[in-house]
Amino acid sequence: MSRPFRLASLAALSLALLAGAASAQTIKIGVNEPLTGPFAASGTYVVNGAKIAADEINAKGGIGGKKIELVIEDNKSNPTEAAAVAEKLITSDKTPVMMGAWGSSLTLAVMPKLMDYEVPMLVETSSSGKITTSGNPYVFRISPPSSLEAELFAPKVDKLGLKKVDFLVINNDWGRGAALDFGAMLKSKGVEVGLVETMDQAAQDMSAQLAKIKASDSDTIVITTAVDQLTLIFKQMAALGLKKRVITTGGSQNPDQIIAQAGAAADGTLHLTTFLPWDPAKTPNPEATAYFLGEWKKRGFEFAGATESFRGYDGIRAIAAAIEKAGSTDPKAIQKAFWEVKFMGLNGPIQFVKTGPAGKESGQSKPQVYLIKIDGGKVSLVEL
Amino acid sequence: MTQALQHLLNTLVLGGTYALLGIGLTLIFGIMNVVNFTHGALYTFGAYAAYLACAALGLDFFLALPVAILAGLALGALIELVLLRPLRGSDMDTTMLVMIGAGIILQSGTLWIFGGVAKAIPTPFPDAPLQIGPVSLSWLRVFVFAAALALIAVTYGLINGTRLGRAMRASFQDADTAALMGVNVGFIYTATFAIGSALAAAAGALLGPVYVVFPQMGDLAAVKAFAIVILGGLGSISGATIGGFILALAEEFGAGYVSSGYRDAMGFLIIIAVLLVKPTGLFARAERIG
Repeated sequence: MSRPFRLASLAALSLALLAGAASAQTIKIGVNEPLTGPFAASGTYVVNGAKIAADEINAKGGIGGKKIELVIEDNKSNPTEAAAVAEKLITSDKTPVMMGAWGSSLTLAVMPKLMDYEVPMLVETSSSGKITTSGNPYVFRISPPSSLEAELFAPKVDKLGLKKVDFLVINNDWGRGAALDFGAMLKSKGVEVGLVETMDQAAQDMSAQLAKIKASDSDTIVITTAVDQLTLIFKQMAALGLKKRVITTGGSQNPDQIIAQAGAAADGTLHLTTFLPWDPAKTPNPEATAYFLGEWKKRGFEFAGATESFRGYDGIRAIAAAIEKAGSTDPKAIQKAFWEVKFMGLNGPIQFVKTGPAGKESGQSKPQVYLIKIDGGKVSLVEL
Repeated sequence: MTQALQHLLNTLVLGGTYALLGIGLTLIFGIMNVVNFTHGALYTFGAYAAYLACAALGLDFFLALPVAILAGLALGALIELVLLRPLRGSDMDTTMLVMIGAGIILQSGTLWIFGGVAKAIPTPFPDAPLQIGPVSLSWLRVFVFAAALALIAVTYGLINGTRLGRAMRASFQDADTAALMGVNVGFIYTATFAIGSALAAAAGALLGPVYVVFPQMGDLAAVKAFAIVILGGLGSISGATIGGFILALAEEFGAGYVSSGYRDAMGFLIIIAVLLVKPTGLFARAERIG
C-alpha cells in the first residue's frame, strides 16, 4: 500500500469514527425503498410519508430526548440491491431497526439478512403471504397480506355478481401470491377462474396478454401491479376495445395518479385500497388523517401519493412506538417491544398478531381494506 | 382467429418502433464502428425532450416531436465532438467504456433533474380506438406507426439518395480512400452519430406518450435495439428494419400463445436460433467492417 493512500484511508477512518460519535445523539432508522426503477413512484411516496412522521416525532421532542434520523437508501426495485441495502444499513450505518422494502420480492430478499444480524424490520407495503408465514421473527407487517385482502373482499363477490375471472398479475412474489389467494377465495365462492396471465415488472407493453384476455369469456379481470403499469394497462385496454370489469388489488394504485395519466380509460375500474384520503371523516383516525394530509399538502406533494405514503407515515410511527416501549436502541429489545405496540394508525389499529410457525412467529397487523371506484375522474367508496 | 388478427396488428405497430430503434444503432455501428451504449439514454432523452416541450413550453404533441428530434440531433453531435472525436483511432474497447460511462451520466442526470416518478405526455388523440372489424387499435399507435415508417423512409432516402448519404456509404466502405477522394470524414462521422441519435430520440418521443416516461425507460429499449441489430446483421439498415418486425412478432405471439411470463425471452430465443444457423445475422453485408 502506498504512503499517500495509507494516509487517505486513515483520514477516512477517523472521519467515519467522528461521524459515528456525532450521530450517537440520534436514533437511526433504516429505510429501504425503491426510489428508482419500475416502483420509483410508490417508493418515493412511502419515503415522503416516513419523513412527515419523523419530523412530527422530532418536533415533539423525539424519543426519550433523542431525535430520530432516517437513513434512506434506494433499493432500485431490485431484490439483490434490496439485500445489499439492508446489509449496508445494518453493518455500516448501525441502524437498530429498519422499514422496507416495498415489494414482496424485495422484502423476501432482505429477510435472511434480518435473521443473520438479528435486526427487526417493519414491512409497510408488501403483501405476499410468504413474508409472515416463513418463520422469520424479525418481521412485523402493517400492510394486509393478499389472503387477508381476499378474505375482506369475499363478502362483496356475490353482490358484484362475478361469474368468471381472468388474472393479469406482475410476475413476482406479490402478483403470483395475489393470483393464488384471490383465485382460491373466488373458487370457494363458486366463481370460475380462467386465465392467469403474468407480466414482467419492467414490461411496458401488455397488449399481447390483453388480446388474449379479450378473447376469453370472462366478465372480470383482477389485476395486481403498481400504479405505473396499471396506467399503461388501462390505456392499452381502451386501445384494444377491451371492456370487462376491472378489480385491482394490492393498494398501490394511487387512484388520482391513474386518473391524471390514464384519463377516461380508467372509468368504471374498481380498486382495493387500504386508505381513504378522499373522505378523512370515514377513516378510523380522522384527526391523524387530517394532520397527515395537511402536512402532505403543505410540503407540496401531489395528493395522488397519499394512498401510498400513509404506509411510510404509519410505519415510522409504529417503529417509534416500539423504540419508546423498548426504552433502548438495542435491536433485540426493539424486536420484543414490537409485540406491545398498540395505537390507532391512519387505517385502523396497529397491533401485531403472531402468525407463522410456532416459536418463530412474525407479527401481522390487521388493517382495513376498502373497495373504491373511479368514474368520470372522481373516486368514490363502493358500499355494498 | 380474431385474437390472432389482433396479435398481428399489435406486431405491426410494435415492429415499426423497434425498427426505428434498431436503425439508429446499426447506422452508427456500420459507419463508425462504435458500439453506442448511449442509445438507450438517447431514447430516454427524446422522451423527456418531448415531455418538456409539452409541459414547459406548452407546445402540442405534433410540435414537440420535431423539437425532440432536433434536440437528439444536437446532443448526438455534441457527444461525437466531445467524446468520440478525441478517441478516434483508439481501440474499440476504449470507446465502448467511454460510451458506457456517458450512458450512465445521461441516465443519472435525468434521474437527478426529473426524479424517478414517471411522467405522462399528453396527446390530442381520442381515447376511443379505431375499430377494424373485430380488432381495434388506438389512434395514437396508428400515428406512431405511420411516423416510424416515415422516419425509416427518410433515413433510407438520406443514405441512398443524397450526396451526404453517398459520402457516408463511401466512408463506411473505406474511410481512408473516401478521405483521399475529398470526403470530410470527420464531418461524416459527426453527422452519422447525430442522425443515429436523432432516430433514438424520435423513438423515445413517439413511444413516450404510448407508455410512460421515466429515467430507466431506455434500459429495456437498448437491450431490444441490440437484439434487433444482432438479428438483422451488424451495420445493415434493411436487416434492422426486418429484425425489428421479427422481434415484435416473436414477443407478441410468444406471449399470446406460449407464456406471457417469458415474453421478453421469446425474442432472445429467436436470436439464439438465428445465430446458430447464421452467425453474422440475417442480412449481414459481405463488405462489413469490423
